Amino acid sequence: MSARVTRSSRSSRAFAIIAGCAVVILIAAPWWAGRADMRLFSEIFLYLSLACLWNLLAGYAGLVSVGQQAFVGFGGYVLFGLAIFWGVSPLFALPIIAILGVLVAVPVAALIFRLRGAYFAIGTWVVAEIFRLLASQISALGGGSGTSLPVSVVKSIASSRATRESVVYWTALALAILVIITTVFVLRSRKGLALTAIRDNELAAGSLGVEIWQTKFIVYVLTAGLTSAIGALIFLQKIRITPDAAFSVNDWTAFVIFMVVIGGIGTLEGPIIGTLIFFVLRETLADLGTIYLMILGLVAIAIMLFAPKGVWGYVKSRYGIELFPITHRVKFEEE
Amino acid sequence: MNAVLSISSLCKSFGTVKVADAISFDVPMGQSLGIIGPNGAGKTSLFNLITGTLRADSGSIKYQGIDVSTNNSATRCRAGIARSFQIPQPFTAMSVFENVLVGATQGAGLTQREAETVCLEILTQTGLVSRANDLAGALTLLERKRLELARALAANPKLLLLDEIAGGLTENECQSLVATINDIKSSGITIIWIEHIVHALLAVVDRLIVIDFGQMIADGKPKPIMNSRQVREIYMGLDADA
Ligand SMILES: Nc1ncnc2c1ncn2[C@@H]1O[C@H](COP(=O)(O)OP(=O)(O)O)[C@@H](O)[C@H]1O
Ligand SMILES: [Mg+2]
Repeated sequence: MSARVTRSSRSSRAFAIIAGCAVVILIAAPWWAGRADMRLFSEIFLYLSLACLWNLLAGYAGLVSVGQQAFVGFGGYVLFGLAIFWGVSPLFALPIIAILGVLVAVPVAALIFRLRGAYFAIGTWVVAEIFRLLASQISALGGGSGTSLPVSVVKSIASSRATRESVVYWTALALAILVIITTVFVLRSRKGLALTAIRDNELAAGSLGVEIWQTKFIVYVLTAGLTSAIGALIFLQKIRITPDAAFSVNDWTAFVIFMVVIGGIGTLEGPIIGTLIFFVLRETLADLGTIYLMILGLVAIAIMLFAPKGVWGYVKSRYGIELFPITHRVKFEEE
Repeated sequence: MNAVLSISSLCKSFGTVKVADAISFDVPMGQSLGIIGPNGAGKTSLFNLITGTLRADSGSIKYQGIDVSTNNSATRCRAGIARSFQIPQPFTAMSVFENVLVGATQGAGLTQREAETVCLEILTQTGLVSRANDLAGALTLLERKRLELARALAANPKLLLLDEIAGGLTENECQSLVATINDIKSSGITIIWIEHIVHALLAVVDRLIVIDFGQMIADGKPKPIMNSRQVREIYMGLDADA
């Protein structure tokens, strides 16, 4: 009997084809979707990216941050700063912002990694609040009341509004694909196996040679960089930024946690499914006003009670399927 | 000089409880050392100190002549110290194969290809190969203990620390475990084995250390130690009461 190890499965191959078709259809959206739909899709892509990154952070590395709005806001403010002070074109600024996000995350991590558990969570939130206060002190960017992107900068993306909206849409789509592909590559790598081990049992992971601190640090700064780029794109789409909007714990962390938890934390598929569920609920129930928020709460409670590992956790344990080729399967072959 | 492990004056307390009270001993290369002692004596804590899960209050731990007492457990593992946990610590949402793969890629530093081959061999050796694709969380206690051994072996240790892996086994299972450990021993790996199942232990070890209240109260050839009055009183006495 011989054996071989594979990572792709029938479900992951099927999903790759479906996802490929979906991407082609989504790229063509400017030709078949309305303006409002494209704005909605962009928002979904951006939230999808935030959810995947928060899942990597909290679901895998065990870094339960409630302060990712620090990097969303940072990205937004740096975009406005670069554009207003130095006339940097917004799209060109995105990779710069990602790198700056990584650089800012290094000292932040050095500080908050000293904290454990709930203290870590509170620490991340405090850092985000400090970022918000700092942003509100920048009078050239409107201080506490914020500012708008100058028309000239907006026009530099594309002169017509329709093209501009398409460009922002495509960038959001590209960023979501980049985040998902990065996550897949990270999780398939040797470090990804280490990270998955940390997810399941830190004590055992350390005893088997996994550098816990270093692995968490890499995940933290990587997600910070990508989160900053997403933040930049969020506020490029909004064209206006204020400290309260940029560093909103509700918008950039609470909703994201909801998506990841109902979808299934600690799986790659979970945040994707969670984001879709969230937007389906929001789009069908938003007219109900506050009742909508209560329904979100009830959904969260129901999922925690009946499927504590989230929708995908339930599907996975029930049917054993996987959409991305991450886990190893041993195939035994009779000779 | 050829000591793989050299411990001197090692001390560790939890509040007023001394779990290691000036412990000193050397383990020569290739030796199989058994450790016995009543529950709560500090045996597992000693493993935690050797692997870096716990930091000592004072004293030194030298591995292959180098003081490792300030290294973390990952560094010590990659240097060649691997352990099994008394209370199994599986990666519950990963497959059995992947559990072992962690040891082979992270601890032993093998490439993916090499690691896959080694893991399949180890799973066969430890009788887990039919469970390779199952989630570790679905294993029985017995299988979890075997997985502890398999994972530690995959890290390619020079010094293997086993913490009560024979507990709860039937006589047949116990014998097959003893055979497996004797194989590991003859491959040249230095072993320290904490075990309550004395006859299993005596079938493997060349030397025995007895620990009580964090102190080493005996060290030497297994047979005379098991027959000594001190051990009978402290160890067997308590064991019989329990
Ligand atoms: N992390 C810890 N914190 C506090 N007390 C501990 C800790 N670990 C072990 N102990 C205590 O130290 C003593 C020795 O435990 P242990 O080393 O597990 O004993 P053994 O393995 O010999 O049964 C016990 O009284 C136990 O309760
Ligand atoms: Mg113990």
